[in-house]
Amino acid sequence: MTLFKLAFKNLMGAGIRTWLNVVVLSFSFVVIIWLQGLYEGMNIQSSTAVIDAEYAGGQYWHENYDPYDPLTLQDAHGVLPDKLKSMIEKKEATPILIIQGTAYPQGRMMTLLIKGINPDQNIISLPSHFLNKETDDIPAVIGTRMSESTGLRVGDSVTLRWRDANGTFDARDATIVQVMRTMVQSIDQGQIWVPLEKLRELSRMEEEATLVIVDKDTANPPQVSGWEFKSLDFLLQDIKQLVKTKTAGGSIFYIILLLLAMLAIFDTQVLSIFRRRKEIGTLMAMGFTRAKVIWLFTIEGAMHAVLAALVAALYGIPFLAWFAKTGFALPESTDSFGFALGEKIFPAYSAGLVVGTTVLVLVITTIVSFLPTRKIAKLKPTDALRGKSS
Amino acid sequence: MENSVLIKTQDLVKIYPMGWKKLVALDHVNLEFKKGDFAGLVGPSGSGKTTFLNIVGSLDGPSEGDAEVMGKKVSTLSHKQAAALRKKHIGFIFQTFNLLPVYSVYENVEISLLLLGMTHEERKRKVMQALEWVKLADRAKSKPAQLSGGQCQRVAVARAVVKEPALILADEPTANLDAENSYNILETMVELNEELKTTFLFATHDEKVIRYLRRKITLFDGKVAKDEQTTPHRKGENS
Repeated sequence: MTLFKLAFKNLMGAGIRTWLNVVVLSFSFVVIIWLQGLYEGMNIQSSTAVIDAEYAGGQYWHENYDPYDPLTLQDAHGVLPDKLKSMIEKKEATPILIIQGTAYPQGRMMTLLIKGINPDQNIISLPSHFLNKETDDIPAVIGTRMSESTGLRVGDSVTLRWRDANGTFDARDATIVQVMRTMVQSIDQGQIWVPLEKLRELSRMEEEATLVIVDKDTANPPQVSGWEFKSLDFLLQDIKQLVKTKTAGGSIFYIILLLLAMLAIFDTQVLSIFRRRKEIGTLMAMGFTRAKVIWLFTIEGAMHAVLAALVAALYGIPFLAWFAKTGFALPESTDSFGFALGEKIFPAYSAGLVVGTTVLVLVITTIVSFLPTRKIAKLKPTDALRGKSS
Repeated sequence: MENSVLIKTQDLVKIYPMGWKKLVALDHVNLEFKKGDFAGLVGPSGSGKTTFLNIVGSLDGPSEGDAEVMGKKVSTLSHKQAAALRKKHIGFIFQTFNLLPVYSVYENVEISLLLLGMTHEERKRKVMQALEWVKLADRAKSKPAQLSGGQCQRVAVARAVVKEPALILADEPTANLDAENSYNILETMVELNEELKTTFLFATHDEKVIRYLRRKITLFDGKVAKDEQTTPHRKGENS
């Protein structure tokens, strides 16, 4: 306690030098928490969006299904086994049938995925109920991005062409009954949603599906032969990897800021030890051991981090809270990043982030503060009293 | 205990390397000091006065021979043991006061006690008592920068005596003071020596200090040139 008291006095006594270091270090605190919170918010937001709109509690994939290889689609469908049928009947899952097709919007030709979904499902947030609308042909739902790229609006008709299970080409008109607004590109771009039973009938794939989405509350999905269960960990790994890459890129900014603060503290310590040799000698003459003097200077340096945390809290808490409330508006171009982000990112600051940042800065500051004090260990009391370096 | 030997040096030698030469600062010095002594080492600059105080104060070690302080041989002490000896038994007064500028007068004096594990109340009582001795109790909250040179040295005296050490080593304590303040400081030291039986050992060439000494040891080129008992002449007394 004595050393802490002395260190605090010395630190306050250093005046403007202390406060400059503290302010720079407090910037590091706030920027680290802000940036990490932003990435955490991005992670949570994009994960939540795709879970709600596409993945729910996980998916069973037909054993031939590979979303990254469109050529597999021809064989990636099969009759639903009893276990999955039972889950679908109990409304614990919903099947999706995917076939490759071509659309001819406004005289152009466009390859797309035709996805069949049960209009009455409520496993994912996709507005499939619009597919219950009575139309002369096939009712279809598309996303805003698809609408933008094809020029199709609600009420427009578009010719769809596909190959059925026997390899025969067929074509029919579809009417756009709804243009849905979603932040999840992977249920929007390059695809059109139609009623499942209609698609099964047109493609001669009765009782079949490509994948089955299970409800979020499904605790232990059973093993099903010929179908592989893909957990959320698997399905979200791309998003997590993307956020991780972006986090690493963003870290460079705060690492530079942290390095600047550490450099300032290191310099302050070196200068302090140089200027206060007489004081060190006096303390030794009074009975302080070298270890105690080293501790005193190290605590003094480390206290910069404590003060910085307090200063950061003073202006950082209102700033971060305001930011978490208003969010960070994203430019439209970010829609093509491959993230389901929406128009704004809302940062998420966890207790772990705040405590972790505080501990990280405190540990780094303590190490940086300790390094120059090793010089004291070589200092002879008589030289120190004369203001000389040993 | 009154006449017990506090410091004893045996063939004490201190040599400083000066490039390819060697500087002999102390050359086979044999001296003894008893509890309650009010003694001084006098001599010109470079005669070895400060070196002697540094070794006795366990701030430095001898090159040859040894110094025994309160029964402990300085040459055998580790850094920790030397620090412990200084912490408990030795007080220092420096020419340039060496007060810590960011602390108040009270805290500057208290710092000597912080290492002794005393309670806050005990420390407070002792610090105020020491400040009473040096007549600075009313300036307890002042910072060193707000004090005169004489007052600063009185704070340094209070810091040295507050733990009631057996030995106080004063290196040119009046060199930065005017005559009036020098006498005030010396009077305070004599009173403390008489009241607390603290041994004072000075390194000085100030005539004012020399007048107060009861024992004067003259060093020349690191050797004891003269060791004599003297009659002290305090302020106001005829010499």
